[in-house]
Amino acid sequence: MFSLDGYGPQIFAGAVTTVELSLLSLLGSFLLGLLGASAKLSKSRTLFGIATAYTTLIRAVPDLVLMLLIFYSLQIWLNDATDYFNLNDINLDPFTSGVITLGFIYGAYFTETFRGAFMAVPKGQMEAARSFGMKPLYAFRRILFPQMMRYALPGLANNWQVILKSTALVSLIGLTDVVKASQNAGEGTFRTFYFTSIAGLIYLFLSSVSKLVQVYLTRKFSVGVRQVVF
Amino acid sequence: MIYIIQTYGKAFLFSDGYNMTGLAMTLWLLVAACVIGFCLAVPLAILRNSKYFLLRAPVWLYCFLFTGTPLYVQLLVIYTGIYSLEFVHHVPSLNDFFRSGIDCTILAFGLNTGAYTTEIFAGAIRDTNFGEVDAARSLGYSTPKLYRRIILPSALRRALPVYSNEVILMLHSTTLAFTATVPDILKIANDAYSATYNPFAAFIVAAFLYACISFTLIFSFRKAEAHFLAFQKR
Repeated sequence: MFSLDGYGPQIFAGAVTTVELSLLSLLGSFLLGLLGASAKLSKSRTLFGIATAYTTLIRAVPDLVLMLLIFYSLQIWLNDATDYFNLNDINLDPFTSGVITLGFIYGAYFTETFRGAFMAVPKGQMEAARSFGMKPLYAFRRILFPQMMRYALPGLANNWQVILKSTALVSLIGLTDVVKASQNAGEGTFRTFYFTSIAGLIYLFLSSVSKLVQVYLTRKFSVGVRQVVF
Repeated sequence: MIYIIQTYGKAFLFSDGYNMTGLAMTLWLLVAACVIGFCLAVPLAILRNSKYFLLRAPVWLYCFLFTGTPLYVQLLVIYTGIYSLEFVHHVPSLNDFFRSGIDCTILAFGLNTGAYTTEIFAGAIRDTNFGEVDAARSLGYSTPKLYRRIILPSALRRALPVYSNEVILMLHSTTLAFTATVPDILKIANDAYSATYNPFAAFIVAAFLYACISFTLIFSFRKAEAHFLAFQKR
């Protein structure tokens, strides 16, 4: 009953793909979110307009629609671009497209998270750092960012859980992730229910581990913050 | 682009009187899922805060299972998974139910949004000011009356902003229905794409429709918040 019928390695490989995809998408959307939040808080009206359009539009459209839109169009645009510049064709595999699309979509959600967190850090902190003669980037890295992370963490953890779960969608654009691997196993053995449930259990495991990491990070970034203890 | 709108505009938006259109199907999925989710969530949220472990634990498990796994996996388990089990074929009612894509989709969506909504409502109930409960008790309210008159009205109001987020996310999740052969907006966009090989035009029309629904929902929830949360206004 509880055997994997030789599909164990495939499902494990799929699970690894899922984790890699989620982590790389997290990295992409994290950086895009920092950029977007800086643009939204900058004095330039053009940057503010672009960032606002980005977050509003992306968050209004379902991620699956965006994923299909970007995944199928990206290759066509890339081909047009390489033709135009007389370069060799660049072929995007589903994994790269998945990372780019997920990063682009969740960058909008991270932008909003970071914007709120940046605004929560008292203004005097940055002013004090600058008046000590710190360069803007150095002050950002040493003063603003660590304090901002504490406010951003609950939102970040939530976004991460959403990214992790939305990686299940990439099996629809042909990537062999844990869902696709379990579907293959289910079709091969006629035990779809059993194998799909295994995919579900793997996701449960991953999200539970993420919860533990979140607890650890919250403690790390809240160093020096007095909390009410009941 | 123009070609797609001319050819598929009808299937996206208007009905020919026999088939449901993509827009109608998406809205129907959204409403059905949210109604099921809401009806599940109110009693479960009360149980979630129960002082008895045996009432609390099953609800916790339900929320853990359905919020910890992707909706797509849940849909696959319910749509393709359950139907592959032998005993389902021998019970006519189950057989009919699980063979139909739309029944499975609505069941999966309802259970999924029910779990998230339970968490939202349970959090709001937990935040109820204890003074209100004390006051109601001292006036001799029975427990059902306490929930009906004091706890639920204020908790549901306070949950409204978070709940509106969940409804928007549910709208975004309805796009998964096309994997279970339900003809929603995305299914028609996908048909248009396979017929024309013009992905951008096909999916941008769908994206536009979804954005319109999202903005309408956001606008109506803002109106509802202004009405129900008027006491918070400064």
